[in-house]
Amino acid sequence: MKKIITAITFTVLTIAASAQSERYTKAMQTNVASLDTLRSAEGWTTAANAFQRIADAEKTQWLPYYYAALGNIMTGLMQSNPSSGGGGEKLDPLANKAEELLNKAEALNKENSDIYCLKKMIATLRLTVDPMNRYMTYGPIGAEALQKAKALNPENPRVYMLEGQDKFYTPEQFGGSKAEAKTLFELSLKKFETAKPESDIHPHWGKSQVQYFLTQFN
Amino acid sequence: MIKLLPLILLLLTWLCGSAQTTVSGKVKDAKGRVLAGASIAIKDTYDGGTSDSTGIYRFQTSEKGDQTILVTSIGFKLFEQKINITGNAITVDVLLKEEPSELKAVVITAGSFEASDTKRTTVLNPLDIVTTASANADITAAIKTLPGAQQVGESEGLFVRGGTAQETKVFIDGTLVNNFFFSSVPDIAQRGRFSPFLFKGTVFSSGGYSALYGQALSSALILESIDLPEQTSASLGISTVGLNGGYQKLNKKKTASWGVNYNYTNLIAYFAVIKQRVDNFHTPEFHNGEGNFRIKTSKTGMLKFYGYFNYNQLGVRRADIDSANLKNAFGLTNFNVYANLSYREKLSRNWRVNLGASYSENTDKINNELQNQDNVPQHIVDEPFGGKSFHVQSNGSLSQVKAVFERKFPGLSVLRLGGEYLYFRDKNDFTNQFVPKSRTGTDDHFKAAFAETDIYITNDLAAKIGGRVEHSSQLEKANIAPRLSLAYKLGDKTQASLAYGVFYQKPEKDFYLRNYVYDNLAYTKATHYILNLQKVTKDYTLRFEAFYKKYNELTKTFSTAGTNIIDSVGGGGFGHAKGIEIFWRDRKTFKNFDYWISYSYLDTKRDYLNFPYAIQPNFAANHTASLIVKKFVTKLKTQFNGSYTFASGRPYYNIRYNNSSNKFTIADEGKTIPYHSMSFSVNYLPNIGNQKAKSFAVWVFSVNNVIGNNQIFGYNYSANGMHKEPVVPTAKRFFFLGCFLSFGIDRSDEVINSNL
Repeated sequence: MKKIITAITFTVLTIAASAQSERYTKAMQTNVASLDTLRSAEGWTTAANAFQRIADAEKTQWLPYYYAALGNIMTGLMQSNPSSGGGGEKLDPLANKAEELLNKAEALNKENSDIYCLKKMIATLRLTVDPMNRYMTYGPIGAEALQKAKALNPENPRVYMLEGQDKFYTPEQFGGSKAEAKTLFELSLKKFETAKPESDIHPHWGKSQVQYFLTQFN
Repeated sequence: MIKLLPLILLLLTWLCGSAQTTVSGKVKDAKGRVLAGASIAIKDTYDGGTSDSTGIYRFQTSEKGDQTILVTSIGFKLFEQKINITGNAITVDVLLKEEPSELKAVVITAGSFEASDTKRTTVLNPLDIVTTASANADITAAIKTLPGAQQVGESEGLFVRGGTAQETKVFIDGTLVNNFFFSSVPDIAQRGRFSPFLFKGTVFSSGGYSALYGQALSSALILESIDLPEQTSASLGISTVGLNGGYQKLNKKKTASWGVNYNYTNLIAYFAVIKQRVDNFHTPEFHNGEGNFRIKTSKTGMLKFYGYFNYNQLGVRRADIDSANLKNAFGLTNFNVYANLSYREKLSRNWRVNLGASYSENTDKINNELQNQDNVPQHIVDEPFGGKSFHVQSNGSLSQVKAVFERKFPGLSVLRLGGEYLYFRDKNDFTNQFVPKSRTGTDDHFKAAFAETDIYITNDLAAKIGGRVEHSSQLEKANIAPRLSLAYKLGDKTQASLAYGVFYQKPEKDFYLRNYVYDNLAYTKATHYILNLQKVTKDYTLRFEAFYKKYNELTKTFSTAGTNIIDSVGGGGFGHAKGIEIFWRDRKTFKNFDYWISYSYLDTKRDYLNFPYAIQPNFAANHTASLIVKKFVTKLKTQFNGSYTFASGRPYYNIRYNNSSNKFTIADEGKTIPYHSMSFSVNYLPNIGNQKAKSFAVWVFSVNNVIGNNQIFGYNYSANGMHKEPVVPTAKRFFFLGCFLSFGIDRSDEVINSNL
């Protein structure tokens, strides 16, 4: 009897644990799959909040923190106005929030290429608020983060996507180049084809963005 | 086994989470506005939702029993509520309270213009100072395009709201700078000594400034020096007026840096090409060296040193106003050193400290000589020529220390406490044919203690209350100066502020150095009342300010001997200034085009020095307006800057001692023609964006007073009062052409990103 009880209890606990991790994986899968369909700031906020709930409940998983940070960054970037700056009262708090979440992700997973990609994106978000005055600070921070991301994983397609975006948005007179941007996006796309994410909930977003950019050259 | 079944069933029910409960509600802020994007979560579960654009949220949960709902939204305090889930739909409406936030809170702005990238109140940023057409990279010349400042072309300094240049004081990293401008030359305004690239932040307060600063009746210009440079770099510059070179080294860990700079200015080539109205018998020549180090002592600590020396010589010869056959030759040699050491650190979670120490010493040797047409010195005993040849050597030093402790309170409220000690030492050595080696000297141990608090009653209402106590050993008097400001947020981007303050300033050192009889000298006093309304968005800034300033105990000068020669001074002068100012900056209406307009109306009268009664002083114009435009043309890699400044005519007087009435009277008066000046500058960046270029170049070309309007700053009178001569600029236009190279650091990025 005792043995049976022990066995059942053990089974139940294992089921519970695996159900728990299954629940985590399932929730992550659903939310991660939705990322490529997001086209609005509101959508990204909703995703950010969903990931943050998972992150706060789990506390030991880096991925939900990573995605929650991404959601906040994208919410900001969708509302930013790179041509005239501004919006600091909205964008700076989003950048702060993203940074806070990303720090938690980094504490759980150091030296990760995708975390450094987000660091680059946070720098870009802060920069767009007041490019003229902030470039000297956030330009180098962003460049350094992207360099680190590349060093950690030269096969990460998002590194080349971010490089391509920099080249794409900078006017030619200032070192931007549509041709170089195109090469980088093509390279990024190639890396997307060969990239092997550790799992289907590990970062693999960005392909549709690259495809979108590639349609802009005709 | 049977006994275990219910347990297993219960566990399975829990695992499958069969029954779903709907939780919904609406999220609002304290003012009843709906909040979109708020995150609603059941604590420690995945269940939750996000409020939509109407503030409504709705989600399903399989949780049961006692749970906690958590609601978060950026800028608001966490909302927590216990709920009990029984299976029936639950409605939880949420009211979020605003988190005190520097970004959203009202800012106390009455009277001050900030130029920095860290503050929201930015009106001008540091790069604006360099690209203002009329300024030629002189900080105060750019400040002059803001409301409140006068266009005074015959002497240096900032004349603010009816105040003299001496009523504006300049502070670097908290401490007073004694000789911010190059030494005075009669009727020729001098530039500021320091490069705008040294500073990351500038606050120009045209009144009602903080209790941390004192001894300036009208205005404070507060400069904050830069921290560590971005990277190691070298620079080289050549221009129509001189050469400069510099090197900045940043260590690998980016925790410390040092740098040196050297400037040599000589106008000989420039004067050979551009004819001057005065005879420069000694071409202005300047040697200027700088050194600095900056150390990040901890994550929150910073130690900075800046040292400066300057040696310059010049000589200007003009026709003597009292005789067609004579000339007046003015020669000046200046030696100046300045050193500033500052340290800031966070002491604990709530306490911060700022320490500053500085030392400066300035020596001017002035030799004034009456000469004949062949430039040979003349010795004439008779007046008015007798006193015209003289030699003065004046030496002044200032040593000071200042400490400010800052305590943060929950919310945004802050308390600042501190003190300062300044030791002024001045010596004068005067010789002419009647007075051999008259040596005078004076010193002052000046002490002050101050306290100030920023109280945020809500995010929308703030007060700054402060005061300082000062004591000067020179005057042997103390004073108490209260300061008060209030700010109220009227709308999302709109706010109103009020400021009141009492400001004291000790009489100028000159009164002590000239062997005057002085009696009853007191602190000169100004009381400010300021009302400010402003709206700031990312695309434009609109500011409106009205002020009233009352002066008391201004220094009066007298002649007890009954001649034009002043021999005694005392207090008792008075005056007032009132006016309205408007500032408008627009970055949006015209694409890639940035402009600002400022207008000042000033009504002021004062009775000070030898004025017979209260009159509008000669440095005050009733109307002043500026238009500044900037446009970057990407294709040409060039920025075009223009400026237009207008000031209505200023009064001028010939105040003479009248022997029949035994007092000073106005023998003659008038008003100058209005002042107009249009300036233009071009910055060309040829290798912008060329990442392969080893160096980066900026070409600068500028012309002041392009059209060549006649400008008259006032009149000088002959000794007998029969003849007057206009005070005019030394040349109709000023041209500048220069090329600045930097290696290792690409300044183009600053320019590019301002225009992306």
